[in-house]
Amino acid sequence: MNLFTLHHGWADAAMIAAIVVSATIGDVMIASAMRTLGDLDDIRSQHGLIGAILAVLLSPRFVLGVIFMSLSFFSLLFALSHADLSLVAPASASLTFVTNAIAAKFFLHENVDRRRWIAALVVCAGVALMAM
Amino acid sequence: MTRSTMTFRRWLVLGVVAVTAPLGDTLLSIGMTRVGPVSLHHLSELIYAIGTPQILLGIALLICFFSSYLASLSWADLTFVLPASSIGNVIVALLACFWKHEHISPMRWLGILLITAAVGFVARGPSYTEIPHTHKPLELEPEAEPR
Repeated sequence: MNLFTLHHGWADAAMIAAIVVSATIGDVMIASAMRTLGDLDDIRSQHGLIGAILAVLLSPRFVLGVIFMSLSFFSLLFALSHADLSLVAPASASLTFVTNAIAAKFFLHENVDRRRWIAALVVCAGVALMAM
Repeated sequence: MTRSTMTFRRWLVLGVVAVTAPLGDTLLSIGMTRVGPVSLHHLSELIYAIGTPQILLGIALLICFFSSYLASLSWADLTFVLPASSIGNVIVALLACFWKHEHISPMRWLGILLITAAVGFVARGPSYTEIPHTHKPLELEPEAEPR
């Protein structure tokens, strides 16, 4: 393996890490915002569609989550312009499953039982296999 | 405490989450391939890339994905929604196989099998963790009485 290949590998890893970290923070912030608001169907039936949209848009956690999701989106665009889709999309998607499960347990206090851990890991393995 | 909050309509919303995300990503990839590599010194090119038709269509699909994703997170856990909607990867692979007649290797079929099994596995479990004191009552101005 020459120096260029090694450098290229680190660059790909850094781009994928940027997508995974920003996507995980964004997902957790948005999930936390939606959990705090409650069922959107109930809000819509009480306050109408505009009321439901306003309730979401006025949540500071949602806004912060969208900022991190935007960071993740632009990191994805940047990565796609340098690396192959068959590497970036499955690698970032599969790693995000695991980091989200860890973050959901500690920050959202979700009951991530054995069933969900196994599902997250199996999906992660499945996505990795599909990239081969 | 976990419980199931899923109905047929909610499974449909998860289906929209599953299909629109990978299709949107694929369109973004096609668009970015046409735009070409973006240099770190010219990041503003990413803004101009948004004007590409494939990227615009990709963004439209990702908006559909995002609104259904938000709705699903309001009645289900993140660790339920993500594996359950991962069936989208399988849908895209099957479309590539039967519509575009792309070759799918045995490893990919194994990946498809694993994802399908994981989706079936998580879907049989509870979808929502009940955490006391997480819901803040929504305070919006009451609608004006019609005159």
